Amino acid sequence: MAEISGSVVKVDHGPKVRGEARFVADYPMEGILYGKTLRSDRARAKIQAINVPELPMGYVVADARDVPGKNGVLIIGDDTPVFAAETVEFVGDPIAMVAGPDEAEVERILREIEVEYEDLEPVLDMRKSEKVFYEYGYEKGEVDKAFAEADKVYEEILQTGHQEHGYLETQGITVVPLAGGKVKVHGSIQCPYYVRKALVLALGIEPGDIQVIQDVTGGGFGGKEDYPSMIGARVAVTALKAGKPVRVVYDRREDMATTSKRHPTYSVYKAAVKDGKVTAMDIDLLYNAGAYTTISMVVLQRGTICSNGVYNIPHMRAHGRSVKTNSVPNGAFRGFGAPQVFFAVEMFMAHIAKDLGVDPVAFKEAHFVKKGDKTSTNGIFHHGVPLPQMNEKLLTASDYWAKREAYASQPKGRYQRGIGMSYSFHGGGFTGTGERDIIKAVAALQKYPDGKVEILTSGTEMGQGLFTTFAKIVAKELDCPIDQIIVKLPDTDRVPDSGPTVASRSIMVVGELLRRAAAKIKAEWKDGEAQRVEERFQQPEWQIPFNYDTFQGDAYPTFSWGAHCVEIEVDTYTGEQKVIGAWACYDVGTPIDTTVVIGQMEGGFLQGIGYAHMEQMNYDKKGRIRSNSYSDYTMPTAADVPKMEMHLCVEEYPEGPFGAKGAGELPLVGVPGAYVNALEQAIDKDFCHIPVTMEDTLTHWREGGQA
Amino acid sequence: MSIPFTLNGKPAAYEGSATDRLVDILRKDFKCPGVKVGCNEGECGACSIIMDGVLINACMVAAGRAYDTEIITIEGFRETEKFAVLDRCFAETGAVQCGFCTPGMILAAECILTKNPNPNEAEIRDGLSGNMCRCTGYNAIVHAVALAAKEGKGLW
Ligand code: FES
Ligand code: FES
Repeated sequence: MAEISGSVVKVDHGPKVRGEARFVADYPMEGILYGKTLRSDRARAKIQAINVPELPMGYVVADARDVPGKNGVLIIGDDTPVFAAETVEFVGDPIAMVAGPDEAEVERILREIEVEYEDLEPVLDMRKSEKVFYEYGYEKGEVDKAFAEADKVYEEILQTGHQEHGYLETQGITVVPLAGGKVKVHGSIQCPYYVRKALVLALGIEPGDIQVIQDVTGGGFGGKEDYPSMIGARVAVTALKAGKPVRVVYDRREDMATTSKRHPTYSVYKAAVKDGKVTAMDIDLLYNAGAYTTISMVVLQRGTICSNGVYNIPHMRAHGRSVKTNSVPNGAFRGFGAPQVFFAVEMFMAHIAKDLGVDPVAFKEAHFVKKGDKTSTNGIFHHGVPLPQMNEKLLTASDYWAKREAYASQPKGRYQRGIGMSYSFHGGGFTGTGERDIIKAVAALQKYPDGKVEILTSGTEMGQGLFTTFAKIVAKELDCPIDQIIVKLPDTDRVPDSGPTVASRSIMVVGELLRRAAAKIKAEWKDGEAQRVEERFQQPEWQIPFNYDTFQGDAYPTFSWGAHCVEIEVDTYTGEQKVIGAWACYDVGTPIDTTVVIGQMEGGFLQGIGYAHMEQMNYDKKGRIRSNSYSDYTMPTAADVPKMEMHLCVEEYPEGPFGAKGAGELPLVGVPGAYVNALEQAIDKDFCHIPVTMEDTLTHWREGGQA
Repeated sequence: MSIPFTLNGKPAAYEGSATDRLVDILRKDFKCPGVKVGCNEGECGACSIIMDGVLINACMVAAGRAYDTEIITIEGFRETEKFAVLDRCFAETGAVQCGFCTPGMILAAECILTKNPNPNEAEIRDGLSGNMCRCTGYNAIVHAVALAAKEGKGLW
């Protein structure tokens, strides 16, 4: 492995392990007002009146009428209101904010505000929605011909549920009004420049009047990508009205019930099979966007593009829609629309294999894409595809063949076992030409006279180890010790906009800008002087431009790869499913610090296991989320997966720093396919949805299924 | 009414209501922000503290329960030799990602090792199962505790 891959102590380890790191809720409240949000308790209604009780001195209530700029939170569109004005569109839609010096008093006022509604019929079932936010489609090859010539045609409906980010630190933001109408914002923020952009519109002031600083952030996983723009706008409006700093920190139930989640999906997959191989697929995807558009556009794009998984399907058609329902707006979550389709295509392929009487692994392997193959959108897999080696590694590590055979003929008993595998990729960076045309990343290095070099980017550290890996890249290129490098939490007054910390782009894109900047500073190094170097993103020349209308071209410059194997045991008396072995192999290019990468892989993998069978979140008939606490929404604990073994395979990316490519999202994306295939073998029943819970296994037996 | 207790080895007394939540008074009145609030319902362990040698969720007990007890939070524990070992081992295995669960995890590790200086992997996992972490997947934390048992021989 490359020299840079050796592990170091993370640069932010010390203060975190000592409990000294300051998260937004840890700053003293002296002089700061507590803010709490008044929310709709209806899924869809007209607001007739908001009756506010008489307020004690020092307390304020802000609502839509107090928004100085436009009453819209700019995300991609700006249809998310800062505060609901005429209608409420989901249970939890913010209507107003109360702020004041005493928390209990703020809560009392909140309880006494009366909202008069005129109820409207909510749409909760995405299949009944008539409001399409986004729709995309593309076609390659001759799909109809391939179906006409097929030996056999398959069709299956596959569904996925919500997933909650479950970051341990809930959302929180402080806004401090400054002289001259300026504001300073700090909090648990994944994308400081997104918050600034949203405040420009909502407050109607200039970008230079808004300073956004990231506080130490307790996990994000996509959940703090767009949401802080919404809280930020609400708190800012309230703070400006109060003329005092206001802080909002959500409690767990509020966070779970009202912040973004992974989009539930309903997909129809059709395949044509000829001579034992899938020749064509026709795919129809439906994503439940929730009440507002937020970032559903890009989530849907990625899902639609990835819908054939890691398989070379010569003829395919994909069509995706993202529709409105009166439920909490869904947003970014590690994998960004892809885990849904990878689950679907993995199960579909496994079920076809079963029908054809072949093992799913052999069947899938026969369809793996290779370097030089066309992607779904007629782009090219420009770089090596190490799936066969990764697969081999896992088959050996897990002893797949022997177990698969043994479990196929296991005697019926209380405990039944199964083993399954799945495969995935993740394209690093923004879809299409987004990096070049939308983000236009800028990263800088500032060298000080004492020889220390500070990294200046808007990249945020949320636990993914970014500050450490950034520092390592720069130190390596400068050939200096890592403690000569300074990395601080980003502050929009000090750092250029290197883009959001999303889409597994930070190391691959911004890391490379930093490496180039370091090379430049090294070449121009003058002892004892301050120097500054800036680097801007350039799209690789060989990348085939992506056309957003036709969905043709390279959607991503390169891909990271994943293979997963899960072995489970089901207790046929209780329905309990237990993971007894888990193996994965990932290719993220050169790991910039193996410990950091393995930590990402393990964390993401376990979130994938949770997504597959534990994490369930639903609405009741009134559109209320009931599973809004850690006790109702169960996430994996240390005891849930006793054995989890990660392997790495390295296919270097020439345009990434030292050969690195995207890593953050990959490990979650493909996991459920392996899990569910293992469960299917254990209890001899096919499943087409996740999560597959204990309840599902029990229902299967109750309905007469064989244990 | 005054509620006397020992906090991180020093005498302390709370002069407020006995029904106030311990987690709140530790964070606000006694300046221990290393005690985190993840759920406030006893489900995540971010607020873990050690009370009379037992790991408890500070969000689940009233201030009155602190009467005459000895409480250790990360603010006190970080000054100990045992912490120094755990710190090194957590660094070595990369057990700290976002860091929000970490103070609780460190105190949970201390309780596991105090009870059993040579825990096996299953015992470590069991001992950590009341503390949630959404970042790491737990492997690194489990390995850190196992490593600390080895490196800190004789300390626990
Ligand atoms: S905050 Fe106490 S257990 Fe979660
Ligand atoms: S390190 Fe983030 S929750 Fe554990």
